[in-house]
Amino acid sequence: MTAERDERYWEEGLDIPQTPAPSSDPEPWKETRIVGTPRPRVDAYERVSGTAVYPSDVMLPQMLYGAILRSPHANAVVKGVDVSRAEALPGVRAVISAFTPTDRSIRGHETLLREDLFVPHCRFEGEVVAAVAADTPYQAADAVRAIAVEYDVLPFLADERRALDSDAPLVHETGNRVSAPGRYSRGDVEGGFAEADVVLEREYRTEAEIHTPMELHGCVARWDGDALTLWESTQGVFSVQAQVASSLGMPLSKVRVVGHYVGGGFGSKLQPGKYTLIAALLAKQTARPVKLFLTREESYLTVGNRPPNNMRLKAGVKRDGTLTALDFYATGTGGAYRAGGTGALDWLIRDLYACANVRIETQDLYINAGPARPFRAPGHPQCAWALEQLMDEMADAIGMDPVDLRLKNVPTVSQGRGNAPYTTTGLAACIEEGAKAFGWREARSALLRQPADAAVRRGVGMAAGLWVAGGGGPPSTAIVKLFADGSVNLNMGASDIGTGTKTVMAMVVAEELGVDPDAVQIEHADTGSTPYATGSGGSKTVPTESPAVRAAALDVKRQVLDIAAEEMEVAADTLAMRDGKIVSTADPPAERPIAELRGLRARGTVTGVGYRGPNPEGKAVNPFAAQFCELEVNLHTGEVRILRFLGAHDSGRVMNRLTYQNQVFGGITMGIGLAMTEERVLDVDQTGKMVNINWHDYKIPTALDVPADMMCVPIDRPDDEANTTGAKGIGEPATIPTAPAIANAITHAVGVRVTSTPATPARVVQLLADARKGG
Amino acid sequence: MSDARERDDGPDSKQGVSRRGFLSSVGTGALSLAAARQAAAAEMPPPTEVVQAAELTQVVLQINGRQHQLLVEPRWSLAYVLRERLGLTGTKVGCERGECGACTVLIGDTPRYACMTLAVEAEGVTITTLEGLMLGEDLGPTQQAFVEEDAYQCGYCTPGQIMTVEGLVRAQPDPSLETIQVGMSGNLCRCGAYPHIFRAARRAAALRRGEGGAS
Repeated sequence: MTAERDERYWEEGLDIPQTPAPSSDPEPWKETRIVGTPRPRVDAYERVSGTAVYPSDVMLPQMLYGAILRSPHANAVVKGVDVSRAEALPGVRAVISAFTPTDRSIRGHETLLREDLFVPHCRFEGEVVAAVAADTPYQAADAVRAIAVEYDVLPFLADERRALDSDAPLVHETGNRVSAPGRYSRGDVEGGFAEADVVLEREYRTEAEIHTPMELHGCVARWDGDALTLWESTQGVFSVQAQVASSLGMPLSKVRVVGHYVGGGFGSKLQPGKYTLIAALLAKQTARPVKLFLTREESYLTVGNRPPNNMRLKAGVKRDGTLTALDFYATGTGGAYRAGGTGALDWLIRDLYACANVRIETQDLYINAGPARPFRAPGHPQCAWALEQLMDEMADAIGMDPVDLRLKNVPTVSQGRGNAPYTTTGLAACIEEGAKAFGWREARSALLRQPADAAVRRGVGMAAGLWVAGGGGPPSTAIVKLFADGSVNLNMGASDIGTGTKTVMAMVVAEELGVDPDAVQIEHADTGSTPYATGSGGSKTVPTESPAVRAAALDVKRQVLDIAAEEMEVAADTLAMRDGKIVSTADPPAERPIAELRGLRARGTVTGVGYRGPNPEGKAVNPFAAQFCELEVNLHTGEVRILRFLGAHDSGRVMNRLTYQNQVFGGITMGIGLAMTEERVLDVDQTGKMVNINWHDYKIPTALDVPADMMCVPIDRPDDEANTTGAKGIGEPATIPTAPAIANAITHAVGVRVTSTPATPARVVQLLADARKGG
Repeated sequence: MSDARERDDGPDSKQGVSRRGFLSSVGTGALSLAAARQAAAAEMPPPTEVVQAAELTQVVLQINGRQHQLLVEPRWSLAYVLRERLGLTGTKVGCERGECGACTVLIGDTPRYACMTLAVEAEGVTITTLEGLMLGEDLGPTQQAFVEEDAYQCGYCTPGQIMTVEGLVRAQPDPSLETIQVGMSGNLCRCGAYPHIFRAARRAAALRRGEGGAS
């Protein structure tokens, strides 16, 4: 009791401790009762009943609807904007552009408006030119169409493969290189090739992909005087808060961002958009809440993509399967601005297989297209497309099974990080156990007996991978609050982007406090009411947040057991929390329902705070993967039908078997899109415009494109050195090996190698025709 | 654009929209505005009532067992009216061009894209949204099946998926896997929860047949 405490009369008679220090280093779980089981989601009811309020569902009194006018040209300078017709239309409340007189209410943001938001030089199709707010979305769309813009249309560059040609139009005056080439090397590459028995060199290309999450990008903005609230469809409320506060020159405390649900992001919603700031300014000017969600067509142009990549890979291998050298050159483009066109593209070359001699050069280039954003495992599926196909070709060249060649080259250290040891590596286990569960060797030999004249031929293929991140790390703070009746509130800042984060965290709390996960109510993803969290991306949310949540639960547990020890008159270290009760293992055994603890009832709640501790120093924490598929190829039509898929993944401890499996299947499905159908098509010749800005023309996998026969083989090995729950990430590794596994299976089936995505019937049938001519 | 032109046209213009024309199109599929106009011009006598684009017209919609009298613009989609005018936000919008199925509702027992259905087309039929599958505060069997099989990730396409499965199992008590895959092919799921959705469809059919038990 302190003097200060004595003055707080409202707490008189209650025994309230000072804020306790967070638990530092709890022991790993030896066995678990809830963590690791298959468990439907704690927010399942909301998601299937329609009561979940996504940002696009938010409706506020007097709310207006925003819409944005965008440049229809790949490269143009805006000379003038005439909004007079738009302003006169019924229901229109505000029109803003760089050429429109600034209203008094937003005059303080004139520079932002004229120089940052509505940039006069629109370097890609879809750059913002003007915006409106109106009573209905239909009226807002009318107003956008009524705005007259004078453009000075300039030459454009829409193909990064021509970016360094002497006559290529310059996207920026400084040239079309984003920066100097990225270089990396180790060992002696020429020496490595000299020792090899087989040296192969091939070129590969992956097309740009568009994220197209089901919920469109956008937000609802509302001002209360000088405070702004945003309901944003986002993966990270604190990132949105920081960037909006900085752009608008506001204190963080005055920008509240709420993102309880988000209808998919895949990396494209880790940051706010210009639309966020535009909604805020429209709301300010009209003194009304504004809902501004993009159209699907806009979302294809302006809110990110997976960059297209061109890769040349040369590799050397000895007859016994030893890799002797890898030489990788790649280009890519993140569009008209610096956006990671070759980001993380080389990591698998550096790190996936043991190889002493490696040389890498990457060149990021500008083109006149929308900026990239992180897309599920940036760089990795592209690099896997090249590396894993060449591994198969080398296996074939030396007469080795593809599985055996990979197993021969499994590293125990992270070569890309100066040989730092992995905390755990399940790469070999993924390959071996996956192959066994798939029936790899049986399938390969069975397929040798296909009739030679069959019009439809089957093949099997596999590929492996790892993800550069996936270990998580600080900062993270979680707060757990135990109510007097034994029910629990968990307060955390992280978003649940659909991976099941909330459910996993409820399971962690339930594990420690001995309650049902359904008794855990969760407050999350609200900058106004939850502690800071980084955005949910990088497959790091579970390994980042779950140790903090566990620490917070342990903090509660310590306090409750102290209360219980006093009341039950036993030592605290003989007590445990189980099934809503305090259970004593001392002699004689005793138990007491949590709800009957007098000290707890007197306090009302016990609150615990948990922090995420650091990762082990000098170690690499990575998830690993191997995937296997069987498919058939129609030699007449070039059609590929995928029959079955298997994903074997080492992501440390499996926290929830059900949502884990869902992530694996989802990653495979997205990888099928990369391999089979997805491709941003730019009109490189006449206009530079994207010609397939809808789901009809840009095809993502449907229910008919994925096999119902998918299998998830978890390599369930808790990584106790990595963090206190032993979990690593699963979302991104699950999509890394998929596309090359398909390509390898196509080669196994019909002999041709698809080196450019997507493997459309037209492309496959052409390759078959070329092979017949050549053969 | 055409909307602006329509407002400028006089009352005798053939470009106006006949409500009777729309009524006649109900039940024949999600006709486009242009197709409805052609149908009206080809088959109907000269319209007696012409509604201009921005003019509000009264409709009575049967939604989840209740009647709603509303004033709507003829161009308003059923999806817009459900979500933004009635607050039935269980119906989601993903593309507004009939590609993704997030806005799927049942018209009668048939799954239909609410973004491709005009509110004025939807008079005289029964409309069921996700909210209408609830049994009071309890989940209906198809919703329950989605929970048990974890047949979603982000959950945004889920209302549409559930409505399509509901339509499927109403039409076919024991659908084959192939029927389910074909039946679900008009509902996109970018998270890729399809294998679990297939399982949920089978489970929904079983629950509907009264076969509870473990999934």
